[in-house]
Amino acid sequence: MSDVLAITEHRRGELRDVSYELITAGRQLADDLGGDLHLAVISGDVSGFADHLNREGVDTIHTVDEGEEFNHDVYTQVITQLYDDLQPGAVVMPNSVNGLDYAPAVANHLSLPLVTDAIDFAADGALEVTREQYGSKVETTVEVDADHVALTIRPGEWPAAEGTGDADIVSFDASIDESAVKSTVTGFEEVGGGDVDITEADILVSVGRGIKEEENIELVEKLADALGATLSSSRPIVDNGWLPKNRQVGQSGKVVTPDVYIAIGISGAVQHVAGMKGADTIIAINTDPNAPIFDIADYGIVDDLFDVVPALTEQFQ
Amino acid sequence: MKVLVTVKEVAEVEDEFEIDGLKIDERYLDYDLNEWDDYAVEEGVQIAEENDDVEVVTVTIGPERAEETIRMALAKGADRAVRVWDDALEAADFVDVATKTDILAAVVEEEQPDLILTGVQASDDAFGATGVSLADAIDFEWAAVVNALDLDVEAGVANLRRELEGGIEELTDVDIPAVLTIQTGINEPRYASLRGIRQAQSKEIAPKSLGDLGLDASVIDSEITLTSMYEPESESDATIWEGSADETAGKLAEFLRDKGVGQA
Repeated sequence: MSDVLAITEHRRGELRDVSYELITAGRQLADDLGGDLHLAVISGDVSGFADHLNREGVDTIHTVDEGEEFNHDVYTQVITQLYDDLQPGAVVMPNSVNGLDYAPAVANHLSLPLVTDAIDFAADGALEVTREQYGSKVETTVEVDADHVALTIRPGEWPAAEGTGDADIVSFDASIDESAVKSTVTGFEEVGGGDVDITEADILVSVGRGIKEEENIELVEKLADALGATLSSSRPIVDNGWLPKNRQVGQSGKVVTPDVYIAIGISGAVQHVAGMKGADTIIAINTDPNAPIFDIADYGIVDDLFDVVPALTEQFQ
Repeated sequence: MKVLVTVKEVAEVEDEFEIDGLKIDERYLDYDLNEWDDYAVEEGVQIAEENDDVEVVTVTIGPERAEETIRMALAKGADRAVRVWDDALEAADFVDVATKTDILAAVVEEEQPDLILTGVQASDDAFGATGVSLADAIDFEWAAVVNALDLDVEAGVANLRRELEGGIEELTDVDIPAVLTIQTGINEPRYASLRGIRQAQSKEIAPKSLGDLGLDASVIDSEITLTSMYEPESESDATIWEGSADETAGKLAEFLRDKGVGQA
C-alpha cells in the first residue's frame, strides 16, 4: 500500500488545466496502489489554489508558501522534502515545460526511476506505463520494477477532476537553502502579437513540414487568399523562419478554434494537435494515411499536397 | 571555456513499417542527427564564434555507425567528439535516463566543461529528461526548453528565455556552470560546408567504453524494462475523399462551398 504525491502547476496566478488532470491520474494510481492521494501546490496564492484543487478524490493538499512563481530550484527542494516526509510510492508531475524543468532533477536527486510523458498506466502488481515514441508512430509499455517511482503525465490525456472534495489542507514548512537557488525568473513575455490574430479567424489554412521549401509556402498562401482564409502553420515552419511566430498553432503557439481548419502537410504531432483540436471541422491533406492528423480529422485527402492544393485553389479562382 | 554538446543519432521511421519484437525492423529506419541536438550544436558553435578560446566538444552514446552523424556536427564547427559505446550498451533493449545520466556524468568528470548544451528531447524515445537529470547529478545549474540565450561569460550568467506553453516566454537568469536544454527555433542551424566536411575528417572522435570512463556494465541495470511496442490503433473516423487530385479537390471545394467558404 502506498500513497501518491501529485505536484500541481500554476502560472501567473492561475492553476493550469493539467493540475486537475493530475488529480484524476493521481487518484487512478492511488487506487491501484491502495493508498491516499496527496497534492502539493507550491508558490503563489497557495490557499486560494488549494480551495480550487479540493475536488473529489483528493485526500490531502499540502500548501507550500514559497515565492510567487515557479522556480525549479525551489520546487526541487520542496518536492524532495515532501517526499522524505510522505514516502509516497509515486510522485506524479506534469510533462509540461516546467515539469521538464524539475521532474528529472527530483528523480535523480531521490534516485527514483523516471518515466516521462505517460499517456496511460496501470499498477496491478508491477506498474506498467504506456508512452509514445517516434513521433506517435508507435506506443510502448515499460514496466517499473521498484517500490518508488517518478512519473510525468502528458497534459490532455486524463479528464479534469470535478466535484467538490473534503481534503485536509495542510501547510508544509519547507526549509529552502537560498544559496542553492541559482536561477532567477525575471519576467514573462507574450510572443508574436503581430499583424494577424489567428485565434480570431473563422477559417484557417495551416501549413506544415510537408511543404518542404520556403518558396512553396506561396502555394498555400494563394489557397488561403482564394478561400478568404487566414494562414497559420505548425512549429517547423516557424522554426525555419518561413512564417512569424504569431502564425504558429500548437502547445507553444496559439490555441485556435476556427469553424474550419485545413491542415496541409501536417503530420499531427501531439504538440500541434493540442492547439487545434477544438476546431469545428478539421480537414487534413497528407500523403501518409497513417499520419496522426487523420485520427482527429473529420475529412481527409490522402494525396500529394503539391497536386491537391493548386487544384483546390483553381476551384475558387 | 569549454562547451559540451550532447549529440544523439536518432532513428527516423518510414511511413510504412513493421515491428520486430521490441524494435522497429531495421529496414524501415533512417538514421540522422536528432533535430533538437542540431540546434544545440549550432548554439555551441555560435558561442565559440562570439567568444575567445571556446572549445566545443560533442558527446554521443552510440555505436560506430553514429560516427557519420557525429562528423556532421564536427563539419558544422564542433572541435572534437567523444563517443561512448560497448557490448553492454549494444545488448541493452532500452537505456533509461539514469543510465544516460551516469555515463554523461562520467564524461563531464573527464572533460570538465563550463557549459553543457543538450536538445530538449530526442525524437525517438522522447523522454526529454537527460539534460536536467545530468545537471542534478553533476551539481550544475540548469534550464529546460531554452529558446533564446545570451551568455555573459564575464559575469558567469546565462540570460535566457524558456518557451512555455501558449506563446508565453519566461525570462530567466541562470548561473554557470549550467546545463541548458535547447529548443528548436533558437537559431538557424547551418548546413555543413564542403570545407567543413573536409576538415571534419581529420577531427578526433574518441571512442570510449564504459570501462574507459571508470564505469562497469552495472550502470545499464535499470528498474525500467521495455515490455511491448506496437502500432497504436487508429482512432480515425474521418471521411476520406478518394480519387485523383482534381477529383478530391473538387469534393473538398464542394464541401467548403456548402459551408459558405470562399463566397465573398
